[in-house]
Amino acid sequence: MSLKARIANAFDEPACPTNREKSETARKKGCSKPLTPGAAAGGCAFDGAKIVLQPVTDVAHLIHGPLACEGNSWDNRHAASSGSDLWRKSFTTDLTELDIVMGNGEKKLFKAIRTIIERHDPPAVFVYSTCVTALIGDDIAAVCKRAGERFGRPVVPVDAPGFVGSKNLGNRLAGQTLLDHVIGTIEPDDVTPYDVNILGEYNLVGEFWFVKPLLEELGIRLRAVIPGDARYRDIAAAHRAKANMMVCSSALINLARGMQERWGIPYFEGSFYGIADTSAAIRGICGLLVEQGAPAALLDRADALIAREEAIAWRRVAPLKPRLVGKRVLLNTGGVKSWSMVDALQEAGMEVIRTSIKKSTEEDKARALAALKNEKHLFDRLAPREIYRMLVEGEADIMLSGSRTQFIALKAKTPWLDVNQERHHPYAGYEGFVELLKRIDLAVNSPVFPALRTPAPWDEAGELMAQPDIPDEVAHSFRKFARGVLEDADDC
Amino acid sequence: MPVNEVRSLSTNPLKSSQPLGAAYAFLGIEGAMPLLHGSQGCTAFALVLFVRHFKETIPIQTTAMNEVSTVLGGADHLEEAILNIRTRANPQLIGICTTALVETRGEDFAADVASIINRRAETLGDCRVVLAETPDFRGSIEEGWSAAVTSMIEALSQPSTRRDPERIVILAPSHFTVGDIETLRQTVEAFGLVPVILPDISSSLDGTIPDRWIPSTYGGTSVADIESLGAACHCIAIGEHMRRPAKALSRKTGLAYTLLPTLTGLAAADRLITLLARLSGRPVPASIRRRRSQLQDAMLDGHFHFGGRRIAIAAEPDLLYQMASFFAEMGAEVPVAIASTPDSPILEAVPAEVTVGDLGDLEERAMGADLLVSHAHGRQASERLGIPLFRVGFPIFDRLGAQHRRSALYEGTRDLIFEVANTLIATDHHPVPPESLDPLRNREMFHDSRPSPEPRRH
Repeated sequence: MSLKARIANAFDEPACPTNREKSETARKKGCSKPLTPGAAAGGCAFDGAKIVLQPVTDVAHLIHGPLACEGNSWDNRHAASSGSDLWRKSFTTDLTELDIVMGNGEKKLFKAIRTIIERHDPPAVFVYSTCVTALIGDDIAAVCKRAGERFGRPVVPVDAPGFVGSKNLGNRLAGQTLLDHVIGTIEPDDVTPYDVNILGEYNLVGEFWFVKPLLEELGIRLRAVIPGDARYRDIAAAHRAKANMMVCSSALINLARGMQERWGIPYFEGSFYGIADTSAAIRGICGLLVEQGAPAALLDRADALIAREEAIAWRRVAPLKPRLVGKRVLLNTGGVKSWSMVDALQEAGMEVIRTSIKKSTEEDKARALAALKNEKHLFDRLAPREIYRMLVEGEADIMLSGSRTQFIALKAKTPWLDVNQERHHPYAGYEGFVELLKRIDLAVNSPVFPALRTPAPWDEAGELMAQPDIPDEVAHSFRKFARGVLEDADDC
Repeated sequence: MPVNEVRSLSTNPLKSSQPLGAAYAFLGIEGAMPLLHGSQGCTAFALVLFVRHFKETIPIQTTAMNEVSTVLGGADHLEEAILNIRTRANPQLIGICTTALVETRGEDFAADVASIINRRAETLGDCRVVLAETPDFRGSIEEGWSAAVTSMIEALSQPSTRRDPERIVILAPSHFTVGDIETLRQTVEAFGLVPVILPDISSSLDGTIPDRWIPSTYGGTSVADIESLGAACHCIAIGEHMRRPAKALSRKTGLAYTLLPTLTGLAAADRLITLLARLSGRPVPASIRRRRSQLQDAMLDGHFHFGGRRIAIAAEPDLLYQMASFFAEMGAEVPVAIASTPDSPILEAVPAEVTVGDLGDLEERAMGADLLVSHAHGRQASERLGIPLFRVGFPIFDRLGAQHRRSALYEGTRDLIFEVANTLIATDHHPVPPESLDPLRNREMFHDSRPSPEPRRH
């Protein structure tokens, strides 16, 4: 299928509620909003594809293009691996002017694949196209096919050059790549009625490891977590799972729907942020498995485990709660977090004054509205200047957002916590929720903010504003020295 | 001659892209907005890297090229972007940096920009537009930085009829930090001279808290200062990559220049101080003589820790030269020297055998070294080899305060000696006696049955 057809496909997503509501012609147009030159922000399709696929740990990720695409962006996320660290290594063909002019791109790519296989012997190589290689017409699919045959292992073309669209489109093209080239290529011989996949879970800072033991305790087998801490062969055999849970909805919805269509795997959408959502997610997984034929006793085991874990979590939250109750939060993340984080924060007694619904689906928006009751609390996009004003005027006690907007809060001398991809602390599951509250406590009650907000003891011209707080004896010697009489020096 | 083998694969790139280097230089200009002419991802990646390094809001925009505009030509997107930036951010300078995407298609950017400036003169008003052609498929940060400074001089600097005997132009290299530039400025001012530093990141990226929200850079070299560079009495260019802008300035305004390849190390700092004393006709101030003496003492205290140490360095050409020379002057060996790009003549002068390569090469060759020297991406090699990493250059995203660390002049070199020595001391191995000399071994045979302590192993 041509890239153009696959892009049209990615946009025409029957499982997407926004898409369903459109007219036939509007659907054909796709959902990429034209970007405004000189007033755009955000990643490209290549960025999106790489975000989804790069946490696959034992695969070599090779970026075919000039330097910037990989050189400016590698090793920038904190997904965690329990095995190989090959995914953190950066591989690029680093195309030069000569390569482009002479048309050496495809040859160079083939050699690069060979070098990687000789040096690192990965189970598979993912090859990413970029704007320049798409423009000069390098046929990466053909090179990958040939290399795959030659070296006897999968070499997967990820055709999502940056200029075709946004990060979100890239997420979906990556999902499509897994459907087209990876999932279903290996038949597992160890299928059980308890096999599930988690889609759209990145295992940032190892946070999924707070959840995994709980599922395993229930006897649930994780066939594949895509992409967090995933191995290539697990993903290749993921089509034999009995149920899918989708964590980050807009990113991999086409993957969930595709797996349902092709292999009849039902899916549901859930979140591991917050106590209630984690419990709902565990129940959701067990419910789907039972529907698919697992013994119904699984549900009872799940209830018992949830009751136990919730009790532990609330016990650990109790001492934190008095420090957090009533704190006002500005939530500036969007997507699925527009509601999943709201629920979690309200559980701890905090008040979410506004939440961003950028990049949220219609369903996300409805859930956010349900949590916050009033449309006024939802916003699509706030200008940095407006966020700055809100924070300077003290409308919120803390902002939770991604690193892109952190300095708006910090420069407004307001506590801030990273809750997006680049963060350094795990927040998933019961354990993660306690960690999140601890981090909010540390931020919102940090002693540096009152110190920072204390004005300097002088005015704009540097003139002292009030009589400085100086002990009498110091003031006394000041006066003495001011007179500048030499013999007074003996006194000190 | 640097070794530059033909290779198909770059493992763990050492380079950052050329447009990033150009945008970096524009960030050292007051009221500037760098504009990357390419797809939005080109800008997003550069932006994220800048933010991770400086931990500041970074103004930078994109022409948001898509598939269609790439095929049909990007002049419309360029024009729209310039006008949008002009209305929204009202900058004094828009610095266009072309990327590999638009350069691969190939357009006459200079003509396009000239025609946009012409047609839109009214809307643009006093906002200046400068073009740096910086495709990613060539060069790295140093080349991009140099190209941006050259293009600003060519577009803005005017010949002058008078020369101010107290004004000195300083063309600062890309690896100078905020701290280096502050030190340099104070040093020049101590001679009663007025330095005009281009680019000047020391007042735009030094991490302060303004009392309102500002969307473009604040601080930096002013456009007026760039226009009047020709009125200075001399130009000092630091680093080989600043030769191109220095030549351009000399061509345009007749201003003579002196190129100093580095300001790190006693001899290098002496050269600058001598030059300043000559230019100003004043004696070297006591405070500077004091700093020199402090450096001498630091060299004495430090040399014990440098002697015979094996240092593996991977950096951009001028920074590589600076660091390799520094280590050589302190008595260390540099068995591994990796340069990001092949073209700089300074590579001939590096006191080590230079290879052009990436951090994969550093990792392969650095086995047995005492210290790795590179930017933060060297951390993977450091983890796997178990050799400490001393972070220099750009990006440094996993340590705080990179912009305030110094390596230039007497005080910078002094700081550098202490920092490196402390890193080496922190990882020093305690001596372990060979087993035959262990006095506690098998003691229980003669005395009681207490188990003997395990010998220390490292």
